[in-house]
Amino acid sequence: MAEILKRAKPLAVNPLKASQPIGASLAFLGLRNAIPMLHGSQGCTAFGKVFFVRHFREPIPLQTTAMDQVSTVMNADDNVVEGLRVICEKNSPDVIGLPTTGLAETQGTDIKRLVKRFRERHPQYEKTAVVAVNTPDFSGCLESGYALAVEAAIDVLVPDSRNAGRRRKQVNVLASSMLTPGDVEAIKEWVEAFGLRPVVLPDIGDSLDGHLVDQESTPLTLGGTPRSEIESMGESVATLVIGRSLAKAADLLRTRTHVPERRFDHLLGLDACDAFTLALSEISGQPVPARIDRQRAQLQDAMVDTHFMTGFYRVAIAADPDLLAALGDFVSGVGAQIVAAVAPARAEVLAEMPCPAVQIGDLEDLERAAGSGGAQLLITNSHGAQAAQRLGIPLLRAGFPQYDWVGGYTRTWVGYRGARQCLFDLANLFLEHHHDTPAYRSIYWAGTPRERETPADTGLVRH
Amino acid sequence: MKTSEVAALLDEPACVHNKKEKSGCAKTKPGATAGGCSFDGAQIALLPIADVAHIVHGPIACAGSSWDNRGTRSSGPTLYRYGMTTDLTEQDVIMGRGEKRLFHAIKQAIDDYAPKAVFLYSTCVPALIGDDMDAVAKAAAERWGTPVIPVDCAGFYGTKNLGNRIAGEAMFKHVIGTREPDPVPESAQRPGITVHDVNLIGEYNIAGEFWYLAPLFDELGLRILCTLSGDTRFHEVQTMHRAEVSMVVCAKALLNVARKLEENHGVPFFEGSFYGITDTSQALRDFARLIGDPDLTARTEALIAREEAKIRTALEPWRERLAGKRALLYTGGVKSWSVVSALQDLGMIVVATGTNKSTAEDKQRIREIMGDDVQTITDGSPRALLAAYKDYRADILIAGGRNLYTALKARIPFLDINQEREFGYAGYAGMLELVRQLALTLESPVWRKVRSPAPWAVQNAMGQPLVA
Repeated sequence: MAEILKRAKPLAVNPLKASQPIGASLAFLGLRNAIPMLHGSQGCTAFGKVFFVRHFREPIPLQTTAMDQVSTVMNADDNVVEGLRVICEKNSPDVIGLPTTGLAETQGTDIKRLVKRFRERHPQYEKTAVVAVNTPDFSGCLESGYALAVEAAIDVLVPDSRNAGRRRKQVNVLASSMLTPGDVEAIKEWVEAFGLRPVVLPDIGDSLDGHLVDQESTPLTLGGTPRSEIESMGESVATLVIGRSLAKAADLLRTRTHVPERRFDHLLGLDACDAFTLALSEISGQPVPARIDRQRAQLQDAMVDTHFMTGFYRVAIAADPDLLAALGDFVSGVGAQIVAAVAPARAEVLAEMPCPAVQIGDLEDLERAAGSGGAQLLITNSHGAQAAQRLGIPLLRAGFPQYDWVGGYTRTWVGYRGARQCLFDLANLFLEHHHDTPAYRSIYWAGTPRERETPADTGLVRH
Repeated sequence: MKTSEVAALLDEPACVHNKKEKSGCAKTKPGATAGGCSFDGAQIALLPIADVAHIVHGPIACAGSSWDNRGTRSSGPTLYRYGMTTDLTEQDVIMGRGEKRLFHAIKQAIDDYAPKAVFLYSTCVPALIGDDMDAVAKAAAERWGTPVIPVDCAGFYGTKNLGNRIAGEAMFKHVIGTREPDPVPESAQRPGITVHDVNLIGEYNIAGEFWYLAPLFDELGLRILCTLSGDTRFHEVQTMHRAEVSMVVCAKALLNVARKLEENHGVPFFEGSFYGITDTSQALRDFARLIGDPDLTARTEALIAREEAKIRTALEPWRERLAGKRALLYTGGVKSWSVVSALQDLGMIVVATGTNKSTAEDKQRIREIMGDDVQTITDGSPRALLAAYKDYRADILIAGGRNLYTALKARIPFLDINQEREFGYAGYAGMLELVRQLALTLESPVWRKVRSPAPWAVQNAMGQPLVA
């Protein structure tokens, strides 16, 4: 059990936190033929767009209600109605996600009422669903904004029903923001290995995985969970919830549909993978396929091989709560020690971190704690690169954003194979930065004095 | 900031198209708007000042997704790369604790990082709830003895361009003229060379590109008092009023600073660019012309002759590979013409250029360089850009990072020329990097492979039995 240390400084230095509206946008980017429109000033959207473009290396559809000085002071209600109309008219999306920002919330918008007003004024666009969600950036973080958007999407798109199990092979997967497109792909294959058919909400594995298509440009998301499948979630045989941040969204889905569910904090490492595999076997009534058994055995082999490097490895981690808890559980499960743990915002799951304390804070907090705790490895997003350099230790990139590392956005962490690769990477980072014992030379040494040694004495001789 | 103050900033008498419709400052449309806000613009303009603590006052969205994301480089301090924000909470907003938090945040920054100054950037939420940032800045500066400069740049004031001007205005109001330049050190004096002090306004040292040019300034005896704001220190900004001439390097954005330096301190200015051989030489000539030192003029001509000869020889093998290649250019403002000159120097053909963010004067420059029949693009949507690419039979799209993936998704060669890029193109030496990057993408073997369909797509069959 970890003690949660609350933010103690007036100034955040090198923020770890990304905002709730960004998180909500990410969730909406996992829906098919969708586009998020942030209710705020144009900068809210522009920054979000650059953030995602650099992380995913993809074009990102994202719009804004473009609040200006007059509408900020007077009232920006018409901006919302007009923005929805313009997008419907131009692109007829299946879904428009409508997260609010700190600006709109401070002004005091009633976003759900504005969606109703849009419906009254423009009934011709009834085919486009609008999912509004309150996500001020003065609360929470990316993860909580994402979770609120998933909950709102369920609220708007999943009808009340008592048809659980009608589709006997269909399984719902609620996917937390800690999962990368690569993770989502791996989870789908995992589920399919048991003859089941996953409906992942949201499915950024389908929309943000980075793939070339025939169309040269699309104004909406390219892939993602189709609206029709979200509507059918009430007929699934089970719901698998991955990530504690989605607890409220899962509660809503359950009350709405009565589909039985299983909840998992994460899918990193042997124990978590076993629990998920067992659940799939039970839900499907199928034995665990031999190839999964083989992958499990491969992971065990890697655990044995790498435990010399991962054991007592002093690790400092900063990430959103779900991911922090997952990484903490995973690395401590192979003998590493967590010398610093930092999260940008509070969450229930943090209390279970396998370390004495979790700091609610920023990357300056991480850097300090990593330094004083003698960390040998940092695990955080790309912004940790400078801190890692100053500390002289390696960085394993995880979370948002990853702009200086190609492919990080789609790295697979989950599953037996993901865990195995992660162990290899941890072990290699250790080996690459392992320092030998400093050489000692006896006072009786009779060879060339060290200061007169030339490269010829120690290395390549020029020919 | 009052509406009247915003209007005053939008009114830029030194801007040729000031009286006409402000195409560079278009009004925003809900559901169909791209581009950054005033906070974004102000931050971009000032963030490269390297020894300053830049504090963003607001909730997390403004700093959280934007800190340390520019390619601007410093030769020394890296404090500017630290993201600092008051990260306002719901309680701060409701209880009105923002000012207090800001005050203590300034102290924390000063205590922990000993900055030469603290810049405060206001954002939408504190502006809306009425935090008095000016008062906090004043009180904090008095209390802690470090200059604290407020930049009132809430995002809802308007566009990025307006934000640039707000930044310039803040520098003019609070920083420029607060210190005299140091004398030229004896060790830097060379016999027969009179040192002249100059400013560069709007040069951001992206990817360190200005360092290609800095040695030439030294050689000519041009001491750069201040670059606003690439690789700059706070004390340099303070002395800008003592320059003999200013060059406005990028866009109209900081034109207000140049104009006010001229009006209030008699520092003349000219607009130019360091992209391309022709424009680089022209900029150096303009310095000499405005300074009016015949010896400088002579030495400048000699330097230009030497550098041009050197770079043209170095470019020769590349010209053969690039000559005749057709480029579609889509960028904002001044780059719409400055890059044209660079490409023409390489024998490339610019088939069309974007003028969406260009001013009337930019458009005039484009006509001067490219002739009257130049094609201009005003619609910057991905679809329109790709259509133009096909219509004009272009070989490469040259644009800002925003359009990078538009091009790549359509499988077409691309060159990034905006602020996030990783390579420097300025000056004579920068041309070599530019040609390398152009050739690298134009000649890449990947295009053929990604454009051809999978072999089975052509067969349109499930697979054929192998024939022995």
